[in-house]
Amino acid sequence: MSRRRVNSSGSLHPDDEVMPYSDDETDDELDASSEEEEPEAPPGAPQPPVEVKPSEMGWKVKANDRPYHHLPEFQKKVFLCFKKSRYSGNAIKTYKYNVLTFIPLNLYEQFKRVANLYFLALLILQIIPDISTLPWYTTLIPLVVVLGVTAIKDLVDDLARHKMDKEINNRKCEVLLDGRFQESKWRDIQVGDVVHLRKNDFIPADILLLSSSDPNSLCYVETAELDGETNLKFKMGLRVTDERLQHERQLAEFNALIECEEPNNRLDKFVGTMLWDRERYPLDLDNMLLRGCKIRNTEHCHGLVIFAGADTKIMKNSGKTRFKRTKIDELMNYMVYTIFVLLILVAAGLAIGHTFWYEEIGSKAWYLFDGKNHNSSYRGFLSFWGYIIVLNTMVPISLYVSVEVIRLGQSKFINWDLQMYYAEKDTPAKARTTTLNEQLGQIEYIFSDKTGTLTQNIMQFKKCTIAGRTYGDPTTAEGVTLDRGRPVDWSWNQQADKKFDFMDHSLVSCVRSKKDKDVSEFFKLLSLCHTVMVDNKDGELVYQAASPDEGALVTAARNFGYVFLSRTQDTITINEMDQESTYEMLALLDFNSDRKRMSIILKFPDGRIRLYCKGADTVIYERLSPDSRHKETTQAALDIFANATLRTLCLCYKDISAAEYDAWSRKHKEAQVSMSERDVALDRVYEQIESNLLLIGATAIEDKLQDGVPETIAKLAKADIKIWVLTGDKKETAENIGYSCSLLTDDMAIHYGEDVNEKLRIRQTHRRNEPQSLNRRRKRPTEPFFNMPGKNALVITGGWLNEILYEKKKKRRRLRLRRLGRRPPPAIPQDSQPMDDLEKELRQIDFVDMACECEAVICCRVTPKQKANVVSLVKKYKKAVTLSIGDGANDVNMIKTADIGVGLSGQEGMQAVMSSDYAFAQFRFLQRLLLVHGRWSYIRMCKFLRYFFFKNFAFTLVHFWYSFFSGYSSQIAYENWFITLYNLCYSSLPVLLVGLLDQDVNDKLSLKFPKLYLPGQKGALFNYRNFFISLFHGIFVSLIIFFIPYGAFLQTMGQDGEAPSDYQSLAVVTASTLIFTVNLQISLDTSYWTFVNCFAVLGSIAIYFGIVFDIHSAGIHVIFPSVFTFTGAASNALRQPYLWLTIILSVGISLLPVICIQFLHKTIWPSVGDKVHRNRKKYEMEMEEEERKTKPPTFDRGRRSRRSAYAFSHSRGYADLIASGRSIRRRPTPVGAPPGSIREAPQREAENI
Amino acid sequence: MVKEVKELVNRPDNTAYTQQRLPAWQPMLSAGIVIPGFVSIGLVFIGIGVALFVTSQSIQVLEIDYTGVEQSSPCFKCSDQTGKKCDCVMNFDIDSLFKGPVFFYYGLSNYFQNQRKYSVSIDYNQLTGDLDYFTNPDDACFPFQNDRNKPIVPCGAIANSMFNDTFQLFQLVNGQKKEVPLDGKGIAWWTDYNTKYRNPSVTPLRNAFNGTVKPPSWPQAAYELDTKDTSNNGFINQDFLVWMRTAALPDFRKLYRRITEGDYASGLPAGNYSLQIAYNYPVLSFDGRKKVVFSNVSWMGGKNEFLGIAYLVIGSLCVLMSIVMLIVYAKFKFPEED
Repeated sequence: MSRRRVNSSGSLHPDDEVMPYSDDETDDELDASSEEEEPEAPPGAPQPPVEVKPSEMGWKVKANDRPYHHLPEFQKKVFLCFKKSRYSGNAIKTYKYNVLTFIPLNLYEQFKRVANLYFLALLILQIIPDISTLPWYTTLIPLVVVLGVTAIKDLVDDLARHKMDKEINNRKCEVLLDGRFQESKWRDIQVGDVVHLRKNDFIPADILLLSSSDPNSLCYVETAELDGETNLKFKMGLRVTDERLQHERQLAEFNALIECEEPNNRLDKFVGTMLWDRERYPLDLDNMLLRGCKIRNTEHCHGLVIFAGADTKIMKNSGKTRFKRTKIDELMNYMVYTIFVLLILVAAGLAIGHTFWYEEIGSKAWYLFDGKNHNSSYRGFLSFWGYIIVLNTMVPISLYVSVEVIRLGQSKFINWDLQMYYAEKDTPAKARTTTLNEQLGQIEYIFSDKTGTLTQNIMQFKKCTIAGRTYGDPTTAEGVTLDRGRPVDWSWNQQADKKFDFMDHSLVSCVRSKKDKDVSEFFKLLSLCHTVMVDNKDGELVYQAASPDEGALVTAARNFGYVFLSRTQDTITINEMDQESTYEMLALLDFNSDRKRMSIILKFPDGRIRLYCKGADTVIYERLSPDSRHKETTQAALDIFANATLRTLCLCYKDISAAEYDAWSRKHKEAQVSMSERDVALDRVYEQIESNLLLIGATAIEDKLQDGVPETIAKLAKADIKIWVLTGDKKETAENIGYSCSLLTDDMAIHYGEDVNEKLRIRQTHRRNEPQSLNRRRKRPTEPFFNMPGKNALVITGGWLNEILYEKKKKRRRLRLRRLGRRPPPAIPQDSQPMDDLEKELRQIDFVDMACECEAVICCRVTPKQKANVVSLVKKYKKAVTLSIGDGANDVNMIKTADIGVGLSGQEGMQAVMSSDYAFAQFRFLQRLLLVHGRWSYIRMCKFLRYFFFKNFAFTLVHFWYSFFSGYSSQIAYENWFITLYNLCYSSLPVLLVGLLDQDVNDKLSLKFPKLYLPGQKGALFNYRNFFISLFHGIFVSLIIFFIPYGAFLQTMGQDGEAPSDYQSLAVVTASTLIFTVNLQISLDTSYWTFVNCFAVLGSIAIYFGIVFDIHSAGIHVIFPSVFTFTGAASNALRQPYLWLTIILSVGISLLPVICIQFLHKTIWPSVGDKVHRNRKKYEMEMEEEERKTKPPTFDRGRRSRRSAYAFSHSRGYADLIASGRSIRRRPTPVGAPPGSIREAPQREAENI
Repeated sequence: MVKEVKELVNRPDNTAYTQQRLPAWQPMLSAGIVIPGFVSIGLVFIGIGVALFVTSQSIQVLEIDYTGVEQSSPCFKCSDQTGKKCDCVMNFDIDSLFKGPVFFYYGLSNYFQNQRKYSVSIDYNQLTGDLDYFTNPDDACFPFQNDRNKPIVPCGAIANSMFNDTFQLFQLVNGQKKEVPLDGKGIAWWTDYNTKYRNPSVTPLRNAFNGTVKPPSWPQAAYELDTKDTSNNGFINQDFLVWMRTAALPDFRKLYRRITEGDYASGLPAGNYSLQIAYNYPVLSFDGRKKVVFSNVSWMGGKNEFLGIAYLVIGSLCVLMSIVMLIVYAKFKFPEED
């Protein structure tokens, strides 16, 4: 339970090797654990009895005692005096509504939206007769449609959740009731129940493992749903429960009381005690089976339910996902507010107008007598509300719904994209949130995880150098180098792993000929010197390695005929070219991050004692014997490997005489039992024997990048997207990957933590010395941090990050001081300590500024929390749109923090995916997601919004102009029905289609010209400028639509002498003009004309005329005389050629200037998009030709001269377990270690060795 | 290893729609389209403009204001006598033949038939002859809904304010007054006359109005509008229908009569005319003006120069802009960059 943490009190600088401290550590915990930690408990010493703090241990569970949990002391107040047990039942409820609550709750939720509330208010206004200017249905119908569409969408979602819940709650499980196991539904399980689980069962709740069918009470679980790791974890019950609770009868009598922490969301922590038969037993996470996992390889097991239902860790974790909104959303809201203000101003102006008009004219006009004694100001007041109603269509009611529809469509297109579909795993891309699509077109910063995201986390044995000779390039058996080789055929080796690829045939023939001693020794070392565990399944070997590198090496040895077969506590059996031999293992000198090497001391069957050692070249070279051969040649080979960004290890050996070994062995044993500083003592002893080594050679392992990663990064970089890699890996590994995926290049100056800290410190000192401290906020330093020309990159570790950002420093310092019992030093501001919060903030700003000056930033050794912190720093201080991409549970934080979270899927039930907004299988799909889908979505949404605002301004402001001629009496310029249907039927479909289908250039060109992405980052296509352009465009068009008919109508008459200048004819003419204008305008804006668009535009116009003629028909008036009053208006007006000429002229004047301006703008200031579009045909032809001519070129990997000295991943090996002998079976891979490359065979139970 | 043939159940469909590869036309505002387009649109507009302008010029219009604001006006005496019956005569000359058919309009200015409250003060149900609404007119008609607890039929402000000046036109031939026949048939919209407005199917019509009162400003009840002709009486009286079709703008004309009969079928010959006006309708209180208008029409309707001029201006601007665009285009001609 005792987690290692940085003890920074001793060293001045943070330790680059270690993660700073665990996540989510609350300050309280920090307090408590720091105190506890003070007396370093000697490892191996008996665990001191767990101190239980009453505050932490609030959760009591009694086995087989359901009534116990309903005792009054465990009740909590729910509502007033209603009380409920604090223990949740196991039924989960993710749905929101039931039959009764659906309508009220859904309406309540919908009316939380300001726009809906606004329309409700309008509706109420319209019912008041004094101010009603539009009949109630003009608002009610669109509102009902809008609410209805949303409600149906919610209903469908909720039904799916209902079904899911039901399915899960009705799962079966065996529960011990009344002394026997009975089948029961999940929902009926309660805290304190004893359950019986079988192989491949899902675990129904958080359960304390009591006993299992496996020895030592082991139980294997698959935790993919929790943390996305597919390798099996193992859980172990307490010895006491395992021994005494195997049978039903024993279990039924089990009556322990468990006290543990309250339910929480930490997957990596559990503390509790079990009180049974007056004995206390400590419990920890290793004893717990968590809900969401699956039992594997274990026939059956028994457990006690500790947390059920909503209290389980997985449910606590699935808590509220942060509600994310896009920048456009925010902007849109502000614009709607702007429109509100405009609306109020305009209505107020017109109300004043009405007051004056009434004073001058209205009051004198006897024919207008309305029998009401209102004075003119009161009439003005009424007119204000009247105009609020009339002009309400400026705020488009259908805007939000249309936006949702468009986003839904965009999400579907992402889901449907075949080019983001990963056939190998049958995973299509998935837009899990449908509300963020256009944000994808505005990304400025990408934060990427490394393992599993940039890399496949597959280690491949690529090359090696043995006794000065390098193998690995495609070569024939005779040693002739080839350009393109074929993989080696392993059929000669029964036990070879068929998936292992190797190109060099000469090495194989060399091994098979058994002539070369060095080669044999090389592979023998690989097959012996490791901490891999093996399972034998159906005659097939399955390796379980602590790090994928080790697995790769052992697998390589296996394929070359040196098969690691089995191990016991002190022997290793290998198959040496079809000859089985067993070696006695005298000592295992395990790997750790300081030693950077591991050794094994073996006694050969013939009695010789030999030490095999493998490790990082820097450490090995220091310990080589002076007579070791091949030093230079190996060094040269290492350099070559490093240049190819391969991970290298040096292999060496040393013969030890029996006497020498005996002497050392004594010291070793002493060190092993030493009570204080055992690690240091052991290290010292190891050091003594690991000297005078003889070099055999070196291996080179490729940390395989995912396909297309360098290309993707290069492309995204061209689109001015900055990529930061945030990884828990070591600095060297991270840097190495940085080079291999061309994030770092040779021409970059790399700055490390010290350097950064120094620069920041200097800046800070400057600032402190500046006299005008008040102005410091406003006067941001503008001079760059890096004055040297050339590119810069930042490589920074988690420890430094904390140092730099002053995270938690105060707290830790205080704690340390308290522990040391010293008084705090005098309060002079030290350079490394912040004076106040402002200073801290400025420091953070400085850091972000500096990091943003760099081409690349790599943060390694960072905790999930730090990952999230870095993301929020950039979000906060750069106001940039950020995207996080990752695949593991440790990326969840940053995925949730970033504006957009992307989860890499592939395996089922991954946590990163569950908390992401978009999920797909390969990193390289990111470029398509951003450069194609994101860009399109952004362009479409912007076009949609610009047009949508325009169309409603043009529509609504006609009333404004008309008011000057109708006594400001809130008279409308169209028919009521036209107002009702305008946004629904006449103008929405074409723009909706543009929002769904439009593309300025196709996907290939979008990818070919990443520069096309830039407008999105700048938000250039939709901002206040564009909004006001839309506004003025709308004003212009409404002016034309009103005043051209006005001029034409004034004092004229129709063909047949009847005056056409009646109100209804005017309304028909303005409405028709408007319909033509807006539909042709959207045609102009459409850059991608499909038959659907064509159909929609023509259809809208046709629908308009169809509906108008129907509404104006005689028949409908006869049925509803007072509803449809425009009888004959359309037919009468539209048979006049004169009115058609008016319409044509109005439409012409509305559109021609727009065309002219657009043309001039594109000619004088063409954008990148315009240029690409113009030469579209040419580019397309070029690309086709390219495709035909060349295969995609293999990417040129880094040309750097840098050492990647280091091939172990950062976790310790299994040496402890091997040595302890408690279980020579598989141990769980420590949390955080990536799954190995070695095949899992989870279905079969592991065999004992 | 054998499981190579995996079921790709999740594979998205490969259709043009799902892959966003729908065949499409991607037009560009290229110089080759825009500039010739503007020239041709400009020329077409100029053509239409000329046609409209010329046609408009050929239409004859005669307007006579008879409000009687000036003392010199023959109707001055009537202008302040609101409500009382008063006749006045306006004389005018026509120099040359006023080509027929001639339409005779009355016009009102500064008259807000489009005022919101006024324009909705009407009961459409009542006007379809629905007797239920005779006894119980719509609230929209207030304050012309009930008069001393008796329902007003036709109710509402529009009906109440119906124009009630009448005109007789005489040609002075050798000192003799020769009446010009005025045709009042079919001056309202066909749909208004045939479907929108209907009398209740009660004979005699007067019985339908039992228990109702006439609008307060009316001299006679609705069933007395034209006692001679039943097809022009009640709600389907042509003058009533014309009035009820409210005007869009505060200055408007409404058709009064056609001159299509007898000697005047081909128009009003040159000569002296006398217009006898029964001056009833008060407008001076709200600074309104009344006038009569004689006009003939063409294919484009009445005289209106605005549209023709607008077309000419826009057409010319189009041509002008096309030249400007050509110059700009030549100057900024896209270099062949990528």
